[in-house]
Amino acid sequence: MQPLTAYIKGIGLVGPGMDLWPDARAILRAERPYSPQATRLQAPAALPATERRRAGTVVRLALTAGLEAIAAAGHAPQDLATVFASSGADGSNCHAICATLASGDPLLSPTRFHNSVSNAAAGYWSIATQASAPSTVVCAHDASFGAGLIEALAQVVVDQRPCLLIAYDAAYPEPLYSVRPIPDAFGIALLLSPDASSAGAGRISARLGDETADTLQDAALESLRRAIPAARSLPLLQCLARSGTGRVVLDYLPGSQLLLELTP
Amino acid sequence: MRPLLLSHFTATSAIGRGLDASLDALRRQASGLMPCPAGLADLQTYIGMVAGVDQQRLPSALHAYDSRNNRLALLGLQQDGFSEAVKQAAARLGPARVGVFLGTSTSGILETERAYRQRDPHSGALPGGFNYQGSHSNFAVADFVRRYFGLGGPAQVVSTACSSSAKVFGAARRMIEAGWIDAAVVGGVDSLCLTALYGFNSLELLSSRPCSPYDSQRDGISIGEAAAFMLIERLPDSLDAGAIVLSGFGESSDAYHMSSPHPEGRGASQAMSAALASAGLPADAIDYINLHGTATPSNDRAEGRAVEGLFGAGTPCSSTKGASGHTLGAAGGLEAVICALALRHGLMPGGAQRSWPQAGDGPPDAAAAPMARNERITDPDIQLNYLLDNIQHPLQHVLSNSFGFGGSNCCLILSRAN
Repeated sequence: MQPLTAYIKGIGLVGPGMDLWPDARAILRAERPYSPQATRLQAPAALPATERRRAGTVVRLALTAGLEAIAAAGHAPQDLATVFASSGADGSNCHAICATLASGDPLLSPTRFHNSVSNAAAGYWSIATQASAPSTVVCAHDASFGAGLIEALAQVVVDQRPCLLIAYDAAYPEPLYSVRPIPDAFGIALLLSPDASSAGAGRISARLGDETADTLQDAALESLRRAIPAARSLPLLQCLARSGTGRVVLDYLPGSQLLLELTP
Repeated sequence: MRPLLLSHFTATSAIGRGLDASLDALRRQASGLMPCPAGLADLQTYIGMVAGVDQQRLPSALHAYDSRNNRLALLGLQQDGFSEAVKQAAARLGPARVGVFLGTSTSGILETERAYRQRDPHSGALPGGFNYQGSHSNFAVADFVRRYFGLGGPAQVVSTACSSSAKVFGAARRMIEAGWIDAAVVGGVDSLCLTALYGFNSLELLSSRPCSPYDSQRDGISIGEAAAFMLIERLPDSLDAGAIVLSGFGESSDAYHMSSPHPEGRGASQAMSAALASAGLPADAIDYINLHGTATPSNDRAEGRAVEGLFGAGTPCSSTKGASGHTLGAAGGLEAVICALALRHGLMPGGAQRSWPQAGDGPPDAAAAPMARNERITDPDIQLNYLLDNIQHPLQHVLSNSFGFGGSNCCLILSRAN
């Protein structure tokens, strides 16, 4: 198996007690202690007013992370291919739909319905950034981050073009929480490029293996890693926050983990 | 792009289980659409339902994956010797060298809808034994198929609404090209659910009659369900005569609106152009186009403009959704299989649809009798060679469109390898 290799040009991150990448980087470098707090999200100003009103949590989450990554890289979004990776669609919206359908009056609102598609965040992204490039939405339950990273790296290597990976998952309300216990929102974006020349956060090379996935020493961060599929990326982020050099093993599918080599 | 061999394929939809039944229905221009039963939804619409799905039983070891969607997947896998072909490929190449890339829009949400009807009236809790991961989670169908065959390669579900199971071909192609796998199970599975039925109803996009793509009186979609699978492989050194290959792939985003296409079909045109470029083909090399053709007024108009802009008004084209219904996340896979059948048998399927007389200025009269076959009228504002009858003619290259909510567009080109 040939490793898939790309250069990381920009990072975006938002999660519980982590307001964007510089803040998360300080936590992951252990420059300050991690204190989990509810994820704070704002409706991105990039969306037209109508879409901004209709945008749910997952849309705000994905756009916040994605916009931070392209801003960090100074990369225009219009021609940028995107890979969205998420375990599911918007859990709150799904709850509202299923509750309505189970009631005596099963009539849904059009906004609820169009927000129910798993590519809602991808659709809002393309509208907000006027990006007409290809966009996909990859789902692999708890392995969704790994699946998204593989897809984005394959696009960079095979299609020889930059690709923005945005992995995100938001909280599921009860009673869905009891069967899918995702407690809060976490979003990570990586702008990946085949171009080695310009500055960035380093080089990433991936292949599959059967080693055990890395865990995090800090108990609260490890608990976050396990609780939200997109947060399975945390060992990679920790390496990027610290030396940017080393070997990271991420959770992927049963019997198959993602082995990453990072170099500056 | 380097072409890929479509070594085996199968489809199960409202027009039949497997290729023989599907081809027979296409030859007869038969439609599988039926009135939506009151027990399913209280809506005046037609649906394309697959018979016998509920009677399927998953292997006991995979009981956790039980859902109507996975039962439909299993029914589909059992047709045309597809399961045997996958097992042989896994034995020949090694299970870790075979990936799984499937599309779905609503996955097994039907099971969550059912569970919500059985919530505890006091606590609101879902019934015990409800398994979200195996049923509703978007990955459930790929997880099930991967475990069913004991495969170890990369796996993903693509969920981009109605382009889902076209986009999977791109993901599988990249993994094969990157050398991570040698073959992939691709396709799509989507099953009827209330979210889709009442959702499209909320957008006033459901027709009260069997859908009639590109008809002058078209007024909405008929929702269907399907399981379609293809085994795709790196091209071998020598090909059988008549082998069918994936020769082109193109994608784009409308960047326009969440639930309406760009009125001029901007994204549709971009996706088709990208597919032609990746195949290295001029537009006039395409012998037949399987349109997305959902039968909503705006979709068909936008796609029609894009097709006319690129191909002119001469290329034979049709939508097969009048036969199968719009199978949403399975549509790209189902229509890729129909294109493969078209190439194999030299059959350009005419739209299995009827026209209805205009009922004055009011809303369409659902009770009106369809017009006779020879009175069918395609939309005079769309200048395409839209086929209302089958044409038997050898085909070399065919193109299939799949467009979804969120402005997600995908286009495939399938060819006979000579």
